Amino acid sequence: MSTEKSTARKIFEWHEQRLPIVSFIDHAVGSQYPAPRNLNYFWNFGSLAGFMLVTMILTGVFLAMNYTPHESMAFDSVERIMRDVNYGWLIRYMHFNGASFFFIAVYIHIFRGLYYGSYKAPREVLWWIGILILLAMMATAFLGYVLPWGQMSFSGATVITNLFSAIPVVGNTIVTLLWGGFAVANPTLNRFFSLHYLLPFVIVGLVFLHIWALHIPGSNNPLGIELTAKDKIPFHPYYTVKDAFGVGVFLLFYFGIVFYAPNLLGDVTNYMKANPLTTPPNVVPEWYFLPYYAILRSIPNKLLGVIAMFGSLLILFVVPWLDTSRIRSAVFRPVYKAFFWVFVVDCLVLGYCGSQHPEGLPLILSRVGTAWYFLHFLILMPVIGWLETPKPLPASISEPVLNPAE
Amino acid sequence: MANTAPAHTAHADGADGETRRDFLLNTTVAAGAVGGALMVWPLIHSMNPAADTLSMSTTEVNTSGIAEGMGITFLWRGKPVFARHRTKAEIEEARKVPMGELKDPQKDEARVQKGHEELLVLVGVCTHLGCVPLGQKVTEPRGEFGGYFCPCHGSMYDTSGRIRKGPAPTNLEVPPYTFLSDTTVRVG
Repeated sequence: MSTEKSTARKIFEWHEQRLPIVSFIDHAVGSQYPAPRNLNYFWNFGSLAGFMLVTMILTGVFLAMNYTPHESMAFDSVERIMRDVNYGWLIRYMHFNGASFFFIAVYIHIFRGLYYGSYKAPREVLWWIGILILLAMMATAFLGYVLPWGQMSFSGATVITNLFSAIPVVGNTIVTLLWGGFAVANPTLNRFFSLHYLLPFVIVGLVFLHIWALHIPGSNNPLGIELTAKDKIPFHPYYTVKDAFGVGVFLLFYFGIVFYAPNLLGDVTNYMKANPLTTPPNVVPEWYFLPYYAILRSIPNKLLGVIAMFGSLLILFVVPWLDTSRIRSAVFRPVYKAFFWVFVVDCLVLGYCGSQHPEGLPLILSRVGTAWYFLHFLILMPVIGWLETPKPLPASISEPVLNPAE
Repeated sequence: MANTAPAHTAHADGADGETRRDFLLNTTVAAGAVGGALMVWPLIHSMNPAADTLSMSTTEVNTSGIAEGMGITFLWRGKPVFARHRTKAEIEEARKVPMGELKDPQKDEARVQKGHEELLVLVGVCTHLGCVPLGQKVTEPRGEFGGYFCPCHGSMYDTSGRIRKGPAPTNLEVPPYTFLSDTTVRVG
């Protein structure tokens, strides 16, 4: 064994002493981060969300090189990207569908957190930052949807900015400020482009805080129990490889849509140029906003509808205290587990209702669904925590395997 | 003043632990904070309507071509404006509604100009979330009250543009307008 260091090693160490960036990464997502040995595939979606964030920023930067944020040119510049710019169609379809796949990854990531109790002590701040990321993502997605300046872009911008007019007294002043005029128009488009470019980098900053907050207690795991050193394995190579495999599978679905059904998740109405004189017959947002839209429309009072819609998101901040059970994982909570799945179905029903005209059965369903949504958090979560008898927890991950007799 | 005098003495003594240095530090930080906060206003105000946006604040239209029962739609400050030539029956219907039935009570007389009761001028923006209601064309759905129907969330307005059913909180806005002649209206 030679004690002589190679030149490359010496240069590396010289650099690490001055800026220990490689050690930093190694501690964050490398061999120095001990991760639970029993993480299942639901733990892939955090890194998948990160992958989609990078994809969105990259494709977005290249789209911006050919996009013109002006009310009379925006629509045509997007069509030019689709028809004339080399691989413009690919970059735009990746960006357009990337938003959907980013939300798919993040929603599964959030439901995983709800199922395995990842929001509970000591991970409350980690959970909060995750909600902030979701809110920033929603704002970014909304702003980006306006940029092609199609009919649905225009109506979406009008409806969403008008939500703020529900605020008593200052509502209309705020809306005029948001528009930069008396209706959604060129000044609105310009600022939306500016903010759409800014917010993803805010998300990057939040992701750093999210990972930082993750590393204080370490990752939660499917059993939700505190782990000993024996129950942990290095993140690299074990989970870097598993995450890379997950990316591969995810890409199959993502590019399946990009190549074979690129407009499946969009609304054809947005291929008509914005016209302030008409509103499309059925104004609906993209699929990832439908449940909130259903909540908004389920309440026949404007201000209360807006409060309920924002409340449905803000309520997530207090979930760590609404859930009174000390057991993290739903694996050991039979009652909570059942209601968790009811809640998932409730969100899907709300999503369906959001896509329909608010009358007849969809309206009734969206009212029941909205009521259940808040009931789940405000009543069921605390009550189940008090009344439920959880199953016995194992002492460690390896114990049932290594000492099955005990 | 009588109250401040003992305080000064206390400062000079340094009895409460405050010194000249603390005072300078606090006032400096306060001045810096106020200065920084003041700088926020130009940034926020730059997002408000610019001078050129404000200058496009009037639109003139000729109303002589609108046949009874028909309407025209034009843009004013980027918003659609409806001008509708109402029929006798529509005016009568709007006037006989008891105020108690209205969510946002307002007389039809207050929403049109005297001598031009047939011409209803409205900002064509639903007061719920800003969609453009249907009903300007006779072929479009006009809702249960014969006025306007918003396809977004189902608000229904009557022949005076008043909210009658649905989530919209207030009546369709009547923009400021004047008759320059019997057939020319200036909105704004």
